[in-house]
Amino acid sequence: MNESQPIILLKNICKKFGQTEVLNNLNLYVLKNEFVTLLGPSGCGKTTTLRIIGGFEKQDSGDIFFEGKKINDVPPYQRKVNTVFQKYALFPHMNVFENIAFGLKIKKMDKKEISKKVDEMLELVNLQGFHKRSVESLSGGQQQRVAIARALVNQPEVLLLDEPLGALDLKLRKEMQIELKNIHKRTGITFVYVTHDQEEALTMSDTIVVMNKGKIQQIGTPQMIYNEPKNAFVADFIGESNIIDGKMLKDYSVEFAGHVFECLDKGFEVNEDVDVVVRPEDIKLVSPEDGMITGIVKSVTFKGVHYEMLVEAKGITWTIHNTQMAEAGTTIGMSLNPNDIHIMKKTEKA
Amino acid sequence: MNKKWVAYPYLVWMIIFIVIPSFLILFYAFTVRDEQGIRFTLDNFYKFCEPIYLSVLLKSLGLALFSTFVCLILGYPVAMILASKHFSKSATLSILFIIPMWMNFLLRTYSWLTLLEKNGIINSILSFFHLPKIDILYTDTAVVLGMVYNFLPFMILPIYTVLMKIDSKLVEAAQDLGGNSFTVFRRITLPLSIPGVMSGITMVFMPAVTTFVISKLLGGGQYTLIGNFIERQFIQLSDWNFGSAISMVMMILILISIGIMSKFDEDKGGGAALW
Repeated sequence: MNESQPIILLKNICKKFGQTEVLNNLNLYVLKNEFVTLLGPSGCGKTTTLRIIGGFEKQDSGDIFFEGKKINDVPPYQRKVNTVFQKYALFPHMNVFENIAFGLKIKKMDKKEISKKVDEMLELVNLQGFHKRSVESLSGGQQQRVAIARALVNQPEVLLLDEPLGALDLKLRKEMQIELKNIHKRTGITFVYVTHDQEEALTMSDTIVVMNKGKIQQIGTPQMIYNEPKNAFVADFIGESNIIDGKMLKDYSVEFAGHVFECLDKGFEVNEDVDVVVRPEDIKLVSPEDGMITGIVKSVTFKGVHYEMLVEAKGITWTIHNTQMAEAGTTIGMSLNPNDIHIMKKTEKA
Repeated sequence: MNKKWVAYPYLVWMIIFIVIPSFLILFYAFTVRDEQGIRFTLDNFYKFCEPIYLSVLLKSLGLALFSTFVCLILGYPVAMILASKHFSKSATLSILFIIPMWMNFLLRTYSWLTLLEKNGIINSILSFFHLPKIDILYTDTAVVLGMVYNFLPFMILPIYTVLMKIDSKLVEAAQDLGGNSFTVFRRITLPLSIPGVMSGITMVFMPAVTTFVISKLLGGGQYTLIGNFIERQFIQLSDWNFGSAISMVMMILILISIGIMSKFDEDKGGGAALW
């Protein structure tokens, strides 16, 4: 196989459920060994995309290619893909060993071989000795790990994960994120991951595909998505943002909140109306005289890692994250680096 | 528990119509009335052990088992079809199975007479096409037909219910792991449907083994299954003692079969052991 040829290619995929257009001319490719995350709100089409890759849904139009070959009509049991389901879908009438061995038994593997591989898997997911346990007796985290083992033991080319960590508590979720990332590095399997949790996506992915209403909004590395959101939806969905109406006066110069700021973006029309995105943690607190904008602090909330302050300035409510705080009711000055001002074309928000 | 008094009427009802009659049957089964008065004996049970009477029991069991088997063979595929994606409307289910059950049991059995008679509907159609007539009324076949017809819904519905409860994601997971339709059925659907199958078998076998209406109508006056036999002791021969003894034997048999069935129901893991 050509090294640069994508392992999965989706071309012009359309899918309707009843009257709702769930996928609208979707074009996407996944490279070998990549950890790709499909990220978006409920109903954006990310799970449907995953199910089309797995073969559980058939697209209305468009093609899907696996290692260069068209697999539109190939049923799930013939695709070199395995899935970790959202609610694990472990077989209740089988114990842990039988669940994990299921795929291997179908391949008619030798009994000793199967036993060896299952042992390896249980090691990998840290469930040594759990062979005879019944599925009901396991905790959520343990069931999840059995589900991962059951998929991985078949050594698929691609592993599909449908919001697998959703039902776990925060601490366990963070642990599993690290474990999954390690498994990805160790096995070299291509991961296609679906989640609505942007922090999860930023933590684990090589590439993030942000989706909304059946369309791809942006594709990029976590840093790119976070620092250079392409439109207001992405900016709003990833991390917290202040999104303000502004006017691009000329290249590198934008006016908003009654002040002209120097920025790093260009290529817009003169006096074009744009969306200006500023991250809460990028706004510097200064004295009112030194500030580019002055405003009054409306509320202060302690969030552990930082203080969250809501500041009213020029009719806009700004969200500011800072390790230092200013009392509610005080007047403060806000200052921005050109680097931290992101300009994007006006589009509909989420 | 200050609402206990609400249960008292039912308790009285139960005592009058269930507990006392049960004890009466027990009493009659173990006694005999002759010139010396009433005495306790096991003679009634010994009488039943004669081959001529045992053969009736065996025949009833045999026919009931066969009818149950036919219901299973016919009912399981139907339940599968109903539970599959194509039949999402429960209206189809209602029309096909539940509405006929609203009709009177006797009427449904009678209607088979008109179908199967020498000059009945089926034979009229056959002779119209110059085909040989069928003569199955008043035979084992007619009785089995009647049993299957009447009890088939009781096999389909429990299996259907259990099949519907099977999480579709389990099927998807099995397919994902490489299982084709046959594998998915054998290793996932079938083992998980066993509780429904057991339910269905119980709900068909019990009425089948104790029926006397179906055998009387479709088997004819000379046709005797254990239900008819017991009825005859009470109604025609006034031998309440013998009739009660046989009833007791039947009750014990049914209790045993329920016991066997319930073992399968608890043993959910038993399905996995199949392979």
